[in-house]
Amino acid sequence: MTVLLIGFGKAVFIWALALTCIPVLIWFERKGAAFIQDRVGPNRASILGIRLAGFIHNFSDVVKLLTKEMMVPAHTNRWYFTFAPFVGFTVILFAFAVIPWADNLRFGGWDIPMQVSSLNGGILFILAITSLEVYGMIIAGWSSNNKFSLLGALRSSAQMISYEIPLALSLIGVFMVFGTAQLGEIARSQGDLLFGFLPKWGIFLQPLGFVVFLTAAFAETNRNPFDIPEGESEIVAGYHTEYSGIRFALFYMGEYVAIVLASAMVTTLFFGGWQVPYLPTERLTVNADTVLMVMLLVGAALSLVSAVLFIGYDKKLRGKWPKGDLRNQEGRILTVFAVGALVAHAAALVYFGSIDLPEWGSATVALLAQIGAFVLKLLFFCWLFIWVRWTLPRFRYDQLMRLSWKSLIPLAFANIFITGLILLLVGRAGS
Amino acid sequence: MELVIFYTLAAVSVAGALLMVTRKNPLAGALALVVSMAALAALFAMLHAEFVFLLQVLLYAGAIMVLIIFTIMLLNLSPQELKERPVGKLKGLVIIAATVVGFIGFIRVLLQLPEGVRFVSPTFGNIEEVGALMLTSYLFPFEVISVLLLVAIVGVVILAKKVI
Repeated sequence: MTVLLIGFGKAVFIWALALTCIPVLIWFERKGAAFIQDRVGPNRASILGIRLAGFIHNFSDVVKLLTKEMMVPAHTNRWYFTFAPFVGFTVILFAFAVIPWADNLRFGGWDIPMQVSSLNGGILFILAITSLEVYGMIIAGWSSNNKFSLLGALRSSAQMISYEIPLALSLIGVFMVFGTAQLGEIARSQGDLLFGFLPKWGIFLQPLGFVVFLTAAFAETNRNPFDIPEGESEIVAGYHTEYSGIRFALFYMGEYVAIVLASAMVTTLFFGGWQVPYLPTERLTVNADTVLMVMLLVGAALSLVSAVLFIGYDKKLRGKWPKGDLRNQEGRILTVFAVGALVAHAAALVYFGSIDLPEWGSATVALLAQIGAFVLKLLFFCWLFIWVRWTLPRFRYDQLMRLSWKSLIPLAFANIFITGLILLLVGRAGS
Repeated sequence: MELVIFYTLAAVSVAGALLMVTRKNPLAGALALVVSMAALAALFAMLHAEFVFLLQVLLYAGAIMVLIIFTIMLLNLSPQELKERPVGKLKGLVIIAATVVGFIGFIRVLLQLPEGVRFVSPTFGNIEEVGALMLTSYLFPFEVISVLLLVAIVGVVILAKKVI
């Protein structure tokens, strides 16, 4: 019974993480695009005066999408039309079942792996789920009774299945180097040091594999520069042209969840996953009090800096809006929150400085540090996706296909060959 | 608990297969087949055949069925072009009943053989075991299947090529 509850809790955690990243990503996308394009980006929506630099736009978007008229095109099968966005959004969430977000939680007699399912073929599971993702597009495009949609769906699914091959092939190099397909093990074995000073991350062991994987991941999620199937100037909106309201919202969110999944995979396979660099789990657990102090100090410093910045912001906002407008108060409200956070951190510092951490306390501190490392790396790669989108122009469809079949697949094979050669010459320690 | 899960998955699988053979619209049949295959894959996972579960979803439901659905969509047959060749309800029922009875009888006979049951190792079905088997005891079939796939691909390219 406890096992079931723990598993359920883990599933809820990782799904909550994936779904919380969606509004963050949407905000990143808009503000990041604006930053790269040298403009301001959306900053108007506000709740009770708080604008949070455009974050509130997520909520206004949700309201807009929920209240839009949901049209179904004529002469189509209504069931397929309604069914497609659900497939597009739900299937991709299943893949988070094998992503590890921390090392095993060990205290007392417990040894809980921090992934929902420690499947031995973890990577293959994610590949299987991404290959099911194609159905959402195909059914959406076909059931829209619209030639643009059908063409977009066919192009998109052809692109996805073409890029699944270099994706899988680049993973073979990873299998060979780490000797296992279980994602938790792969993340754990990236904790040692290579040549004495480099962390043994996948990117140092498999640089070519990383490049191939990243490119294929961009194409799998239909992101620029591979977004011919949904580029506005190309094909209206491809397979989700006819969708409006909450159905479009499901496709939109499904795309962002795919980005989070791709970032999670890149982090786990090539950047050490939850590993804090130079601090393997044992060192974290042994020095848990120091780690906790450091984390609280960093939090306190951040709160102090934000409080100072918000005070400056408040001065800038003074009198910007007519009297009585709530938006004038934003600087003050944010300052109050920042000062509150500072006080909380200081109190925690005083409290934890005076007591001794119990065993489960050190395990939890290590867990939090690793989750923090994982989330930071995840957000960095999500930002990378957005950065590349607004930097590169998109590929033409035949260039895209040529890149996959004629460049990435030979590169992936070359990677396998070189990896095999090096492993034969150097020998893999331990097996 | 396991029994409940087994019966649910088996029911989904059989329902999917039944839907597939009774639908007029080929796309509905294909999608029903995908559902049936997914349930079958889950049954494989229940039997600890992990690798087969992954490959069933990855290859069958994810690649082969996608291509079949492509073909169905591109052919885009209208209902008039899909001619019906009904089997007749009585004949259909007799066939189904005979199959079920025959199958149950076959399983009964199999279970009574002394060598019918063998215990598998605890690591049965995971990637390392299947990979080791494929590259040691079953190496020749493995390589021959690769050649077979190559022949199929070359054949498809030749068939689909336009005569210059």
